[in-house]
Amino acid sequence: MTQLPLLEQAILVLAALTLLASFSMLAQSRLTSAIHSFAWQGVMVAAATALVAAVGHAHHLYLSALLTFSLKGLLIPWMLHRLVRRLNMEREVENIAHPALVVLAGALLVILAYWIALPIERLELASTRNIIAISLAIVLLGLWLMIARRQVVTQVLGFMSMENGLFLAAVASTRGMPLVVELGIAFDVLVAAVLFGVFFFHIHESIESLDTGKLTRLTEEEPA
Amino acid sequence: MNEQVTGYWLATLLQPLVLLLAAPLLVGWIKRIKSRLQNRRGPAVMQPLRDLRKLFAKQPVVAKTASPLFRAAPYVVFASTLLAVTSVPLWSIWLPSTTVADVIVLVGLLGLGRFFLALAGMDVGTAFGGMGSSREMLVSALAEPAMLMAVFTLAMSAHSTNLSSIVAFNLDAGVVLRPSYLFALLGLILVAIAETGRIPVDNPATHLELTMIHEAMILEYSGRHLALMEWAAQLKLALYGLLIANLFFPWGLAERFTPLEGLGALALVGGKLLLLGALLAVAETTLAKMRLFRAPQFLNLAFLLTLLGLLSNVILESGL
Repeated sequence: MTQLPLLEQAILVLAALTLLASFSMLAQSRLTSAIHSFAWQGVMVAAATALVAAVGHAHHLYLSALLTFSLKGLLIPWMLHRLVRRLNMEREVENIAHPALVVLAGALLVILAYWIALPIERLELASTRNIIAISLAIVLLGLWLMIARRQVVTQVLGFMSMENGLFLAAVASTRGMPLVVELGIAFDVLVAAVLFGVFFFHIHESIESLDTGKLTRLTEEEPA
Repeated sequence: MNEQVTGYWLATLLQPLVLLLAAPLLVGWIKRIKSRLQNRRGPAVMQPLRDLRKLFAKQPVVAKTASPLFRAAPYVVFASTLLAVTSVPLWSIWLPSTTVADVIVLVGLLGLGRFFLALAGMDVGTAFGGMGSSREMLVSALAEPAMLMAVFTLAMSAHSTNLSSIVAFNLDAGVVLRPSYLFALLGLILVAIAETGRIPVDNPATHLELTMIHEAMILEYSGRHLALMEWAAQLKLALYGLLIANLFFPWGLAERFTPLEGLGALALVGGKLLLLGALLAVAETTLAKMRLFRAPQFLNLAFLLTLLGLLSNVILESGL
């Protein structure tokens, strides 16, 4: 048995905590708490990136860690929080159908991701290759969050956390993408967040709620 | 060599005695810290021991409808808990009592005690007893899988379900950051809170009809029966404290037992338990008790954490 150096162990711990943040988003019924979980996930991904930079002496990764921290840890959560406050939904609690089943299905997705990533693990690309399974699980959990929830804000969080998972996979397995690509993706996400905000207002204006379940109704009356 | 063997057996025999004294003191310590945090002076740390002595001197009153099981249950509960607490490494790793039993036996012993506790609650036929038993079973049915998963996570790293081997493995490994241990620790803490009936699942200080779980089951007991039941509950709290302290933070445990090393290890373990007790008191002061029907959600979280621990052990720690 070979021992990984302590810094690489810390990367593994951070990857596991990122996964935990995904699960806490999945289980949170309060909007503001879910946004906080998303912010923590961004911070964790940024910290993992910084550690990868320190281990691999890849200096451009420090920049992308900083970018991730400021965008996904601070700016986007702040924007979402402000939107929620403006729409007076701070105390909104989403009614999740079968919360325990949703979370258990999430655990099944993690196992699926592990099973899919097994062949990649055998390639022995880098010592942190196991993180690919975790990243894939985070992507799948983001997808599952968008499917299982009806609240638009939570669906947006699912979308954003998918991006977190992809970023983690890129950083952990290949020591990061070229900086141009990373900058492009970062600003894409930022623009997406702004656009989502505009959509929030439009949806809220037309159906006076952000519950997508109500979008399928054809008439204004409540179903009998 | 011969002296070594005598030392081992002496340590094995002394361990339950030390714990029998220490468990009420731990409860007293938690109560003391809690009252200080709530700006009360609070009872002395010795108070639970004094209560036990007083209860043992009193004559037990048994209901007319009680079956012999009602009289036998306190002894079964007390004996199984004492046996369970003896099998957890306290001050030295390779003691005869800790090597003979493993994690599954430990969970089984706790299950035996719980089974008789629930039976005793229903035996007299009062409404409260039956209600308490049904609630206890609800909580423990959900807590037990989480507890097993937490210890299995440790067992998978150490390749053994024996508590001594797990502790020895963790001692040898030195400083290793394992995500699975983090999750298992969090899950085990949640399970410990639920199983020992602390806030936010149960409140040990109240006899309010709507909320009590453990107190409802032992409502009919008095005298030495009540003393045994309370003592068993205190031992169980110490047991979970010991599990958390010695499985996850085993530093200071003696590999080979000598009287001096044993005393040093005991002092360290005592310090760890006092710290855990203080943390519990702070948590109990800041948290509010939740509704009973929220308890499954709480334990679902514990289960999820331990499941994540198991998964991250498989996925992430192949290189560790």
